Amino acid sequence: MISCTQAVNQLWEYLDGTVDDAERALIDEHLGRCRRCCGELEFARELRRTLTDAAHDDLPDHVLQRLYRTLEELEP
Amino acid sequence: MPRVLQVLDNAITLDSGDVLEGVELVGAAPATAVVNAGVNPVLSFRDLARDQLPRLLSLAQRLAGGDAEDVVQDCLLKAYRRFDQLHDAAAAPAWLTSILVNCCRDRGRTRARQPVEIDFDQVERFSLYRKIAYEDPFPYSDSLHLDFLAEFSREDVRAVLMRLPEIYRIPLVVVYMDGYLARELAEMLQVPLGTVLARLHRGRKLFETQMWEYAEQNGLLKEGAR
Repeated sequence: MISCTQAVNQLWEYLDGTVDDAERALIDEHLGRCRRCCGELEFARELRRTLTDAAHDDLPDHVLQRLYRTLEELEP
Repeated sequence: MPRVLQVLDNAITLDSGDVLEGVELVGAAPATAVVNAGVNPVLSFRDLARDQLPRLLSLAQRLAGGDAEDVVQDCLLKAYRRFDQLHDAAAAPAWLTSILVNCCRDRGRTRARQPVEIDFDQVERFSLYRKIAYEDPFPYSDSLHLDFLAEFSREDVRAVLMRLPEIYRIPLVVVYMDGYLARELAEMLQVPLGTVLARLHRGRKLFETQMWEYAEQNGLLKEGAR
């Protein structure tokens, strides 16, 4: 058995699939009896999605054009 | 003026079809270097890099914020000088990413700022989920935690990332935003996999603490702040 602190500290790894089988079994067992940690797990999933979604950004065209020019100068 | 199509051993193939043999190459910069590309017989550095530029700038913006343009310039120069090390055009995106990530890391090192002191015992104990529940910033909310996250625009999330030291920001951006595996990042940075996993763990915990601090400092904890 593991504590809430131990379970919570591994939730991202659990979501990433980077915990080993024994650790996964312990976390699964804990989640099966701890409603609060299930909430933590759902929140970790949403937080990870928030991070991933922030990847899409606008590229300033003037910067991109300057970089294209750099490339032209490197290789005329 | 004829362009060089291929440099192989001591022979140079020009686009006119002429082959110059017994040539001694002086200097490292392969001005019009080419790489075998499978379907396309040869691609120049410019062709490869041009296709990747928007993606590199996007990644640099998340890794280096306002220094993004400088970082991409560094990356292009280094990649250009090392172009002879790339033997497969299909590997170009990952190869350029690797150079860019290392440029960001080097820039962070040479910035020579005071190292940020972080109390990782405290960070390790922090739970954003519990903090939100305890502080209850939106008392009338039925979905408190989701409402907290909904206050953050993409720009806010990127601003939170920029608060993290480079060594923790790089893994979060490269793995969670750009979809590389921790193992691939370890190869890019030439560090053991365990080092990347440890930085990812600490980076996530730091990200949680900084999400809360950012929300406090930027007025996101008020109902209807947006």
